[in-house]
Amino acid sequence: MNMKNTILFILIVAIVAFSSFVAINGVEIGKYKIGKAKESIDLGLDLAGGVYVILEAQTDAKGEELQKLMEQTKAIINERVNGLGVSEPNISIEGEKRIRVELAGIDDPQEAIDIIGKTAQLQFIDSNKNVVVTGKNVRSSEVKFQQSNTGKENPVVALEFDKEGTENFAAATKRVAEKTNIEEKIIYIVLDNQVISSPVVQDVITDGKAVISGSFDIDSASKLATLIRAGALPVEMKELQTSVIGPTLGLEAFDRSVKAGGIAILLIFIFMIIMYKLPGFISCIALTIYTLIVIFSMELLGVKLTLPGIAGLILSIGMAVDANVLIFERIKEELRIGKTVRTSIDYGFKRALTSVLDSNITTLIAGVVLYYFGTGPIKGFGVTLILGIVASMITAVFITKYLLKLMVSITGGKNTKLYGA
Amino acid sequence: MNIIKNKKIFLGISLAIIIVGMVMLLTKGFNYGIDFTGGTLIQIKIGKTITVDEAKEIVDEYDKNASILHAGAEKDEIIIKSTLDLSNDDITNIIDKFVEKYNIENKNYQSQKFGPFMGKEIRSKALLSALIATVAMLIYISWRFEVKFGIAAIVALVHDVLITLSVYAIFRIPVNSAFIAAILTILGYSINDTIVIFDRIRENLKLNPKESIDNIINNSIKQSLRRTINTSLTTLVSITVLYILGVEDVRVLAFPLIIGIISGTYSSLFIASPLWYDLKNRESTKTAI
Repeated sequence: MNMKNTILFILIVAIVAFSSFVAINGVEIGKYKIGKAKESIDLGLDLAGGVYVILEAQTDAKGEELQKLMEQTKAIINERVNGLGVSEPNISIEGEKRIRVELAGIDDPQEAIDIIGKTAQLQFIDSNKNVVVTGKNVRSSEVKFQQSNTGKENPVVALEFDKEGTENFAAATKRVAEKTNIEEKIIYIVLDNQVISSPVVQDVITDGKAVISGSFDIDSASKLATLIRAGALPVEMKELQTSVIGPTLGLEAFDRSVKAGGIAILLIFIFMIIMYKLPGFISCIALTIYTLIVIFSMELLGVKLTLPGIAGLILSIGMAVDANVLIFERIKEELRIGKTVRTSIDYGFKRALTSVLDSNITTLIAGVVLYYFGTGPIKGFGVTLILGIVASMITAVFITKYLLKLMVSITGGKNTKLYGA
Repeated sequence: MNIIKNKKIFLGISLAIIIVGMVMLLTKGFNYGIDFTGGTLIQIKIGKTITVDEAKEIVDEYDKNASILHAGAEKDEIIIKSTLDLSNDDITNIIDKFVEKYNIENKNYQSQKFGPFMGKEIRSKALLSALIATVAMLIYISWRFEVKFGIAAIVALVHDVLITLSVYAIFRIPVNSAFIAAILTILGYSINDTIVIFDRIRENLKLNPKESIDNIINNSIKQSLRRTINTSLTTLVSITVLYILGVEDVRVLAFPLIIGIISGTYSSLFIASPLWYDLKNRESTKTAI
């Protein structure tokens, strides 16, 4: 019996047990608080609830041109969604001409789609239906206050045109101002084919500034200002796929999957201890460490946990067990041909290493391809699979080995039965 | 257990399943899920079991041909599948009608809408990913072992995918995008199993260069049998628990994985090595002539 190593071993077990406790229950020491892992991990929409929409650009553009279009569209959608006040919206370009918009906590898809897809096509049109200036010529658009006839301060949207817009606007106002008929002196401000303001032009406006007044309150004025600033989408976007997940249904799915994962791990532990005795117990500690590594790195990397992700995680636990099984079977074989526990462990590890590496690397290749080429749920599956395999190799090759050797120095390694012989 | 001697029997069993599956596939085709055919899916938690007819009273107004399924542990959820592209307003209306009729307090639901082209694209993308993954794995195995091992491993892999597809075709299980994620996982898992046995063959070849290939293969499989069974058992246990306790979305992912793991274990033991044996033998008869 080696006192120092015994203490070390107990310490390791205690730390692992404590970390698991923290991960499951969370802990609060003074002002420091570590939340439950279950709550600190970002959940995907399928678990947290929300709306996601996949939109496709209706365009024939290709290559760089398409890429530029998509970037613009994404930026505009981003601006609009931010106006919605959704927490952490996720907007990403998928493939070549798709945009995936994920909004947590919203349950009316139509509202979301309306806002995302709103064209906000702004036009200044004269009475002969000539388009004078469009939203594309607007350099800035902001809320200002203007005194009305009654002396009340009313919010308006103040616009400033770019050079081209200024020139066109000056030419148009000059032309219109010369007219005598009041009908013809009007320049209509049209948003999405709806006239929102029809001011009468008295003088030529050469400074490129215009004001849209109407019956605005501050809210509607700033919304309009944002929409105009964001501009129209450069291409028409068609709704391809929509998904709404009620928040409670997602959480129920999450809870049940976590429960399933817990039971699966417990069954694996029992199996390992029965099959491999002491090394089996060691592998339980290693597997707990493995699970902690995976959860912690998911938190750290901000990987969003989705339902397929959970499945990938549980599958990878199965594969983490595999590495241990491979090694222990090898150790048993060495013991059977009469080697001592110490040499059996060394040989067992060495001889199992090539198969652990080769088999895991081939699976890793599949995981990387899935992550790289997959979309949506398939990508999530790939991420957890990659994380799981890397963590499983680290724990099996280093941690299991270290703990086993520690155990041998504690028990003296005389009793080969304990090691499964 | 002499695997090489009985290799025709093992191959026969697999071929029988695959042939039945392919015949079913050619005559009836897959039962594609909504996300492949395009359409609308609504899932609502009612809180009690209602009959299909009761649900139809509400749904018929929007789509008479919609199929209605029960879900949830207590069968207290319903899933409405329509091949129509229902508008978002229609979906909201349907949900609200259920909420109103059954006094559901917490609106507990999800809905999904898929354009008809998405499925085709997911399929071709998955096929492409699978092909790339296979080629990458073939290169890796050929580099670490030899090309013949690589070919044998890939054939075993194709076998597992075909078996899983066959089971889906025979039992008319809906094929959706989760199924594709599963097939891709089987790809990774099955190869893992095969490599472990090949690793043992490679090692035994080095240790006993004079031994006949039949014996080497039989011994290698015998030596890795316990590991193969134990590993497959633990993985099967975790996936099965997931299948039993999981929600609908998880179950559709877990089921093909269960089939794939069983098939993967079978093919690593009984298909991959005999195949490598045949490839190896062809080479030695060639050099003998």
